[in-house]
Amino acid sequence: MNADPQTNDRSLTGALTRNGHWWRSALTSGPGLAWLTAFLLIPLLAIVTISFLTRGEYGEIERPFTFDNYQRLLGFGLLGFDPLYPTILVRSLILGLTTAGLCLFAALPLAFFIARLPGGWKTAALILVVVPFWTNLLIRTYAWQILFSSESWLCRTAQALGWLSPGTALYPGFLAVLVGMVCDFLPFMVLPLYASVEKIDWTLAEAAVDLGANPWQVFRHALLPQIIPGLSAGWVLVFLPATGQFVIPDLLGGAKTTMLGNLIQQQFGPSRDWPFGAAISFVALLLVVGGLWLRARNAPEKDGGLM
Amino acid sequence: MRSPSPRLSVIAVLLYAFIYAPILVVIVYSFNASRFGAGWGGFTTRWYEVLLENAPALSAAKSTLLLGIFSTLLSTTLGTALAFGLARFRFPGKAWANRLLYVPVFIPDIVMAVALLLFYSLARQWFGLFELGLTTMILAHVTFQIPFVTIVVRARLAGLDPALEEAARDLGANEIQTFWHVTFPLIAPGVIAAAMLAFTLSLDDFVVSFFTSGPGATTLPILIYSSVKRGITPDINALSTLIIIVSFVATLATTLLQRSQKYKNLKSER
Repeated sequence: MNADPQTNDRSLTGALTRNGHWWRSALTSGPGLAWLTAFLLIPLLAIVTISFLTRGEYGEIERPFTFDNYQRLLGFGLLGFDPLYPTILVRSLILGLTTAGLCLFAALPLAFFIARLPGGWKTAALILVVVPFWTNLLIRTYAWQILFSSESWLCRTAQALGWLSPGTALYPGFLAVLVGMVCDFLPFMVLPLYASVEKIDWTLAEAAVDLGANPWQVFRHALLPQIIPGLSAGWVLVFLPATGQFVIPDLLGGAKTTMLGNLIQQQFGPSRDWPFGAAISFVALLLVVGGLWLRARNAPEKDGGLM
Repeated sequence: MRSPSPRLSVIAVLLYAFIYAPILVVIVYSFNASRFGAGWGGFTTRWYEVLLENAPALSAAKSTLLLGIFSTLLSTTLGTALAFGLARFRFPGKAWANRLLYVPVFIPDIVMAVALLLFYSLARQWFGLFELGLTTMILAHVTFQIPFVTIVVRARLAGLDPALEEAARDLGANEIQTFWHVTFPLIAPGVIAAAMLAFTLSLDDFVVSFFTSGPGATTLPILIYSSVKRGITPDINALSTLIIIVSFVATLATTLLQRSQKYKNLKSER
């Protein structure tokens, strides 16, 4: 995802320097851009449009134009304030934040571990982080259903230790969703973090130790500032997709763990309220765009080439 | 630099165990003789035999492959042309084209899926087009594949020495000859890598397929999802184990192929 230098000079875009670039561009870039316009841009505009329309009696999409869908999402429905939808919105954000936080917590030791391995082992250890990702997410997710069911050795051990009441399972529930999420998104945090840890100037840490800093102070003042770029790249790569995740909450969570993604699926599926589903989708889209914009604004250094 | 401390190593090993646990569980349980629940009932290969007689699974495997092959061919062609156009020519609105390219990379799967579902149903209502099925899934997959192909191929194009193309032009080759005889062979490894990535994305996709598939066309991920929703059966573990092995071997082969390619390039440069 490295941005190439040619796309970065904005001053040059829009200015045709050689004649004949028009038809060359049309022949090369044309079909691809036309495809993305037809199957991506127009569908997204259609989503935005119907999010201001109303659901008909049989699930059809009707006028009048209205902001009702957005008001409903904020909790102001026909029957006064209803916290159902705002709760789901907040819950999704909390899930995204917790996932990113836990991934960071787990990725830090892993990144330092890999960076300290000798040469050839480093590559092997990095590949080992990515390998599970080659397997379909559905498979990796439903496996936790087996691991977290009440007769599994994991739950039996927990029951025997008295951490779980006998016969109960860890699935479905928020904890199961969280474990599934961290397990899935961990590589996205480890890789950018490792890239930063690998570049650390360790003499700064040595200097801090010589000056009498304790391990926490060394980490906080000598190491942390150096890995901020990797940290923020990893945060974006985990938090944004985690907030909109649909499969993991769907397979590992229950009715109490409905997230934005599940809500969208319900509206386009069983509930057949497409305008409301479109409004939720638009909000999810705005969340992502807002997140990327914030990062682009606060990251003046051209580090990861994320955008 | 110091080697990792024992404490750090133990934490790292536990984390590796954590990310591999789900895969190992599926493989182990595919050999579990017990039909219900998570208890262990002894070793068996029966579920693989059951799987071979499972007609829906075989037809889903066929659809998944067809979907992957056709969408990859289309998206690799379109994406490579787009990468070439973006790398070589300037045109008004190029900055917006670049932004549009990153939308499918960051957009939540489900938003893209419902947007396409809406688009197809409107087109069906107004023009009678896009009956949901394999075709609509192919069109949808191409849409999320194009950006990844373009990004990978463009990176390769950016690393190209412009003197090579200029030399071909100076020797009298026209633009099309230059592209086919100089540029394309040079970016071919990038194009192959992009096609592999596109194919993997297609095989892995569940959410977009789920919303854009019709009653006639089911893919393996959709089949696994609906089976899991009904309750995990042992033959689904067998199916998943086969998928794990195939994707593992395929990705490993690709990586090794690219390595040997790089090695050959290094040798020929000397």
